[in-house]
Amino acid sequence: MPDTRTRTRTLVRSPGLLVSYAVLVFALLAAVAPGLFTDQDPIAGVPAERLRGPGAAHLFGTDETGRDVFARVVHGAALSLWATLLAVLVSLVAGSALGLLAGFRGGWLDSLVMRFVDVLQAVPSILLSLALVTALGFGTTNVAIAVGVSNLAVFARLMRSEVLRVRTGVFVEAARASGVRWRGVLGRHVLPNSLGPVLVLATVTLGVAVLEVSALSFLGFGATPPTPEWGSLVAGGRGFLATAWWMTTFPGLTVAAVVLATNRVSRALDERGEA
Amino acid sequence: MSALLEIRDLAVSYHTRTGVVRAVRSASLTVESGQIVAVVGESGSGKSTTAHAAIGLLPRGGRIEAGAVRFDGRDLTRLGEKQWRSVRGAGIALVPQDPTVSLDPVKRVGEQVAEVLLIHGLATRRTAPELAVALLGRAGIAEAAARARQYPHELSGGLRQRVLIAIALAGEPRLIIADEPTSALDVTVQREILDHLAHLAAESGTAVLLITHDLGIAADRASHVVVMSEGEVVEQGPTAAVLDAPTQPYTRALLAAAPSLAREPLRPRREPGPEVLVEVKGLRKTFTLGRNRTGPREVRAVDDVSFTLTRGRTLALVGESGSGKTTTARMVVGLEAPTAGTVTFDGHELSTMGDSRLRALRRRFQLVYQNPYASLNPRFSVEEVVTEPLRAFKVDSRAGRRARAAELLDQVALPVSTLARKPAELSGGQRQRVAIARALALRPDLVVCDEPVSALDVSVQAQILELLVRLQSEHGLTYLFITHDLAVVREIADQVLVMRHGRAVESGQADRVLAAPAHPYTAELLAAIPGADRVPLG
Repeated sequence: MPDTRTRTRTLVRSPGLLVSYAVLVFALLAAVAPGLFTDQDPIAGVPAERLRGPGAAHLFGTDETGRDVFARVVHGAALSLWATLLAVLVSLVAGSALGLLAGFRGGWLDSLVMRFVDVLQAVPSILLSLALVTALGFGTTNVAIAVGVSNLAVFARLMRSEVLRVRTGVFVEAARASGVRWRGVLGRHVLPNSLGPVLVLATVTLGVAVLEVSALSFLGFGATPPTPEWGSLVAGGRGFLATAWWMTTFPGLTVAAVVLATNRVSRALDERGEA
Repeated sequence: MSALLEIRDLAVSYHTRTGVVRAVRSASLTVESGQIVAVVGESGSGKSTTAHAAIGLLPRGGRIEAGAVRFDGRDLTRLGEKQWRSVRGAGIALVPQDPTVSLDPVKRVGEQVAEVLLIHGLATRRTAPELAVALLGRAGIAEAAARARQYPHELSGGLRQRVLIAIALAGEPRLIIADEPTSALDVTVQREILDHLAHLAAESGTAVLLITHDLGIAADRASHVVVMSEGEVVEQGPTAAVLDAPTQPYTRALLAAAPSLAREPLRPRREPGPEVLVEVKGLRKTFTLGRNRTGPREVRAVDDVSFTLTRGRTLALVGESGSGKTTTARMVVGLEAPTAGTVTFDGHELSTMGDSRLRALRRRFQLVYQNPYASLNPRFSVEEVVTEPLRAFKVDSRAGRRARAAELLDQVALPVSTLARKPAELSGGQRQRVAIARALALRPDLVVCDEPVSALDVSVQAQILELLVRLQSEHGLTYLFITHDLAVVREIADQVLVMRHGRAVESGQADRVLAAPAHPYTAELLAAIPGADRVPLG
């Protein structure tokens, strides 16, 4: 475990990483306590103030009904980030479980599970999530589940290959030889030693999931208006692109910033895991 | 004669993220033309680092802090990367330690030899293949022309090591540095390789700097011996002088720890006891390796092996790699199902037993593995490792298990404070003690030891063997001891079974087999032990 001093030094040396952490902290704070950043109402607009450009009163400008875009982005963070986390959690849990089962049991079960995973991976993930959300019905939770399922193939594959590697380890056989039941071998030996790379993959997938959740919400599968969500905010401003550029640009930049920050942070975690 | 290689007061450090490690503190040695000089020492003594410094191949972070390395009058510590290229291969060549990883797996071995010839301008594209075949022949490879077209994975360990020797010879070097060239090989193969290396050195006047942990090899091959410990040369001189009349306590301890046929058994040998614990009858195991035109390709790993092991005794299964000794042991503990034959443990026949009954029986036989670096879960603390069998059989409460773990550590002579540590913080010998403690946790009748000391340094080996003998008499244990080392057999076994190509070639009381082998293969094994023909050390 690197001590605090070396960690601080790494941060100072790479300002990009520092900024990335800051972006993520802001996004999380906005999700938990939007009141910290704005006291304006994200739902009810002030008709007199409609379509104002960015300025001191409205950082990101206002939309066609006079709602503050900054307030809507801040209040949208909760829903967007929650959907992202849920999506990654679905991928992580379901994908790892499938990979663990396939790798540990082997034989026909392995073939069955992995062919299913192959099918999942053969379909482009955004198309798959579109199909799934159409089947499941609209709403943020369904969007999250759809995105989660469409990304689980990679988790299953990685988990399976890690399990195959760990399973042949001498210490695993030693546990079996000393009389440990297979559930104990799986839970106490194989799983903890296979999980590391899979958790790193989860952080990498966070960025992808932010993007996909926003994409589905952009297409209108997410929360019902007027509840703000980053993807639907971008979509909502499309009609005013010529006159009110800020309505699409700022929510879009927010999504981009969060995705880039997640990628940078996950890369740093990956490097530390390898070192 | 002038010194070919002269190392003076060499100091090498490794700079890592966690700090500076002084691997070599002060090493001086000379090698003259045509000499074979052995550097002996245990792991961490700095012998390999010294050798790598001499050929400018220190791993990343390694730095020569002080001293000089002179080769043929040139100071090598000042060379740039470009100048090094004219020295490496042509002046000094390296035979690396592990033949399984030191060859390029996707190139034919002939090409790998030819590559060296081309780099040093000793051949043209047209002549190189032919010369490479000639070199492989010189390195002692039969049918060299056919072998040159093969890939490394198609060759045995011994053949691969010969290819590495051919590569080292290709540049016609004046000094060959051989870093544990035979540690990964069987004794009979080891003897052939070393004979050949010595022969080549004598023939061409090439000097050899032989790095080894095995005093027997040094005694047999080298004219001079350099003993290293903790980064310093503790003693050096002509082989006979150093080994017969060591002046330093460390050299004496090293000599005393080295298993050799001259040493006394750790305990008087015993006849088989009255109670049969394990009975093995007509055991066979065939592995299928895919199919060819004539049907499935099969390998007979174990072929009609029978033996009995009586309670409280030690039976050693001896053989070289591929002899089927480990497969036999795995069938005895039910980790592998026999193709034919039976294993009976205290009246229970293993092969007809269901999984749950077999698991229940596992309380009574436990296994100690060869490599303590692989056999302990890296995420577990020592306490978790040792108490795992107790947990598995729901023995005792949590506190009771903890107390038992402390007691077990005491039995294997580890401090109780070790309980909280992780395997990575322990040395190889300490880890093997932890593995032994785990095996003893359930108070088993039988402990199967699969080469339990071959991954350890000689002085640690001696301690572990003594520990095993002590535990046997304290707990009335029965050992099935798998080993390739007849010297170890002599120290601890009551009965012995020699295996070759899956078959038992000879068995009987250990002292009888070692003193008067009935089978030529046993005699060959005995003769191949390094240092075997030396007079008993005083």
